[in-house]
Parts: sequence; C-alpha cells; structure tokens
Amino acid sequence: MLDVRDLHVYYGEIHALKGISFRVAQGEIVTLLGNNGAGKTTTLKTLSGLLAPRRGDVLLNGASLAGAPPHGIVLKGITHVPEGRRIFNRLTVLENIEMGAYTRSDRGIAEDMERVFAIFPRLKERRAQVAGTLSGGEQQMLAIGRALMAKPRLLLLDEPSMGLAPVLVEQIFETVQAINRQGVTILLVEQNAAMALSIAGRGYVLETGEIALSGAAADLAGNPEVRRAYLGEA
Amino acid sequence: MDFPLLIGIFPQVLLDGLILGFMYALIALGYTMVYGVLEFINFAHSEIFVVGAFVGVEILLTLQAAGLLEIFSPFLVLLVVLLLGMLASGLLAVTVERVAYRPLRGAPRLIPLISAIGVSFFLQDAVRLVESIWRNAFNLVYPTMDTLNIRYSFTETLDVSVKSLVVIVASLLMLWGLHALVNRTKIGKAIRAVAEDQATASLMGINVNRMISLTFLIGGAMGGAAGVLFGVQYSLINPYTGFIPGLKAFTAAVLGGIGNIPGAMLGGLVLGLLEAFAASYLSLLTGGAFGAEYKDIFAFSILILILIFRPKGLLGEVVRERA
Repeated sequence: MLDVRDLHVYYGEIHALKGISFRVAQGEIVTLLGNNGAGKTTTLKTLSGLLAPRRGDVLLNGASLAGAPPHGIVLKGITHVPEGRRIFNRLTVLENIEMGAYTRSDRGIAEDMERVFAIFPRLKERRAQVAGTLSGGEQQMLAIGRALMAKPRLLLLDEPSMGLAPVLVEQIFETVQAINRQGVTILLVEQNAAMALSIAGRGYVLETGEIALSGAAADLAGNPEVRRAYLGEA
Repeated sequence: MDFPLLIGIFPQVLLDGLILGFMYALIALGYTMVYGVLEFINFAHSEIFVVGAFVGVEILLTLQAAGLLEIFSPFLVLLVVLLLGMLASGLLAVTVERVAYRPLRGAPRLIPLISAIGVSFFLQDAVRLVESIWRNAFNLVYPTMDTLNIRYSFTETLDVSVKSLVVIVASLLMLWGLHALVNRTKIGKAIRAVAEDQATASLMGINVNRMISLTFLIGGAMGGAAGVLFGVQYSLINPYTGFIPGLKAFTAAVLGGIGNIPGAMLGGLVLGLLEAFAASYLSLLTGGAFGAEYKDIFAFSILILILIFRPKGLLGEVVRERA
C-alpha cells in the first residue's frame, strides 16, 4: 500500500532523514521505533505532506505523492494524527470532529460520527464542550476520532501514548487495534516500544535518520539490541 | 448642572454612539479576522474601507446623473450599492493578499507590515488619481435621497433619520450574518481551525491558502459595507477618509481582543459609545472646561485603562493550551 523509497529530508542544513525506505502493506499495523530525534515524526510529517523531501519518493498504491499538499494527501486516504494531539482548543469537541470530515460531503458523516462516539463515549458526553478543556486522554481520543472521520485507508499515529496514564495508554492501544480490525492500515510511531510491538505486525527501528533494524514485531521484541535500547533492559 | 438636558440628550447620544460603534465594529472585523489567521495587522484595511465608500458613491452619482436615483426604491438602491461595495472591497482585499502579502509569508514579521503600509499609500493615491481624472475632484459627496433624509421626532431631543435606521439595521444584519457564518457553517469552522493551527488544519484536508483568501474576502466585504454605510451616514468622503476610522477600528479590535470576532464587535461598540458620550457630555459635565474636541483623549484614556487591567482585551483568549 505504502512504499517509501530512499527518503531524504532536511531541516535547513540538518540532514534529518538519510535515505530511509520501508513498506506498509494493506491491513497491517507497522510501528516506527526510535529515540527522540531519530526522525520518526519527520517521517510522518513527510508522508502527510507537511515536509517536502529533498530526494526520494513516497508511493501510495503505486502512485507518487511527490509535491502533493497536505490537504491533497488527505483526499488520497492518508490521515495523520500529529504528535501532541493538536486538537483545535478553541473549537468544541463536535466541531473538531466535523473538521475531521472536512473533505467529505456524503450522507455517511452522521453515521460515522455515531461510530466515533461509540468508540469514545466520553467524547459524546462532552461534545458541546470547548476542546481545550478536555483532559489529555480525552484529547487523544478526540484526535483519533477526528482523524477517523476522514475515512482514512492509512492512519499515521504519532505518539498516541504520550503523556497518558498507563490505564489510558492500554485503552488507546486497544482502540488502535480495533480500528485496524475494521480495515484501516496503521503506521504507528511510538516511544513506548513494548506497547507498540505488542500490537504491531512489523516494525522498523530508526536511529539518527536511518533505518537500523527491521523485522516482525515478535523478532524485534526478542532482539537483544532492541531490548537493551528501547525496552529498558540492562 | 442642567440635569433634564443631560438626561434628555441621552437617547440621541446613545443612537449616535451605536451608529459610530457599528461602523467601527464592521471595520474592526477585517483587522481581527486577518490577524486571527495570519497574526499580521493589515494596515491597508482602512483603504479597503475607503474603496467601498468610493464604489458606493460612484454608483449613486452615476444613477443620479442618469436621473434614475429617485425612480427605484431607495432601499433597493442602497441594497445593491451595499452589495457591490462589499464585492469590490472583498475582491480588492483578496488581490492585495495575493499580490502583496502571500509572497512574503515566510519573511520576518516586519516585512509584510511594511508591505501593508505601502499598499495603503498606493490605494489612497490610486483612488485619488482615478477620481481626479474621472471627476476632476476627489472630495465627493454622497447624493441625498429624500426618503432617507426623513426624520422622525420622538421627543424634543431625539429625532431619528431613516438613513440612521438603515445603517443600524444593515450593520446588525451583517454582524449577525458573519457570526452565523463563522460559527455555524463548515467554512466558518474551517476558518477558525486555520486561525488556531494552520498545519493541523491542513491535515484535516483544509486548503489553508484558500481559507486565508476567504478570510480576506469576508473581512474586506465587511470593510466595504462599512465604507458604503459611512458615506450614507456622514456624506463626505475623500481618499484619505479611511485613516481615522481605520485606526479607531484597529483600536476597537485590540480592545475586544485581537483575533477574536465577537471581541471586535464589542470593542467597536464600546469605542463608538465612549466617543459619542464624550463628545456630548464632556463639556456639559465640566462646565465647558473640556469640549467635544477632547472626546478622543477621553475615549483612549479609558481604552488604555481597560488594556492595563485586561491586556488581552475584553474577550481576549484565555484558553490555556495543554501539552
């Protein structure tokens, strides 16, 4: 489905991604692991069009996304839930969800909204509330719910567990799996490697802008290097 | 002190203040909406307002010259003039953004500001040039329409002209319309989303540049409407007429909380009322020591006081951003 080929991205003179290549197949959950500054967020931002690569290409079902603006990429079926959730604080919960469906004008919107509310009943209770007043966990639910409204075929999730209590993290990851079971392909960026590897089928490990390791999630979870560097084993 | 007089003039002063306030509010919307999406003060907005006033006067003068002014209903004529003035100012604002601001989007903040001041001078002199060639005059007077000048006397000290009512009704309709547009329509919500976070808005599939153009279109149209209403209410316009109302409307936007749409409306009304009350009451209350010419000093002193205690403006954002 997604084919990333030799992607080079720069921030000014800083070479942030040094030629990474990876694939995500239809229906998979793939995780990108790595430390702060390894290039995980940069990768997602490039995929969603917020950053332009200097070299390399991204193919979605064989068609290049080169030069497409972020709003064009949404139309092609990729939705990005950015790091830090980035909900619209001054809009209500309902308005945030409506913005998720901005590209759509079909009759299924109301139905999909009910589906999002079924996944996150808390959002339904708070739909008239200004989103900036939600708790961190609720904001993450809103960010994911909002993204689902675009009916993505590929969902890019950037650190959905960041800053959340463990019980909430578990809930969010269960939701991510449920979304995946409904047919949405997922590319998951996480610092919480243990959690990410437990739901992903495959994973890639990024180190300073390059892919250092890749493989099935179970293999990565068993890899001594990964265990030492990302799973907190001595 | 003449208390019956002080109380007697109150309704008239209130009315004058409201009219002035609505005018400021309509202009202030253009400043605040553009600031909301770009964090940039469009100093050319006062000229967008003036162009609306000139488009209005040109249409009315043309109708008058053709002898058509008194044939149609004055309300219909005004409606058409208002809509055309809004269209002209709105499109001009969009063009100005496209030509003078968008190419500078990534530049340091001072640069588009200077560009805006340049556009302001350019438009002033362009209007002056065109009118000088076309009419051999650039101080123009809005043609009078008899129906609009009918005055109804309610009390000894309050009489209301039809045109004042028209200005109030038109302003209210436009403010209400804008409020509904911004809060109830998908496009309005998208504009607010872009104002809050452009990158994330683009991730929703919102074309950010299109929303910015739309913001200039709407803000410009409100400014153009204010221009036409200004001409109808106060009659005399010239290419430099926009400076003072523009500056005051900008102040009103800051007073309400720059970037905040209801704030611009409130700020405009507060400023208009302060000014009208100062103009009428200062000399009465001080036994003539301070005349009406002190109205701006009075109004702006109060503004400064408000801003000292509420630096973000009356309705400035207080939503705390969570990490």
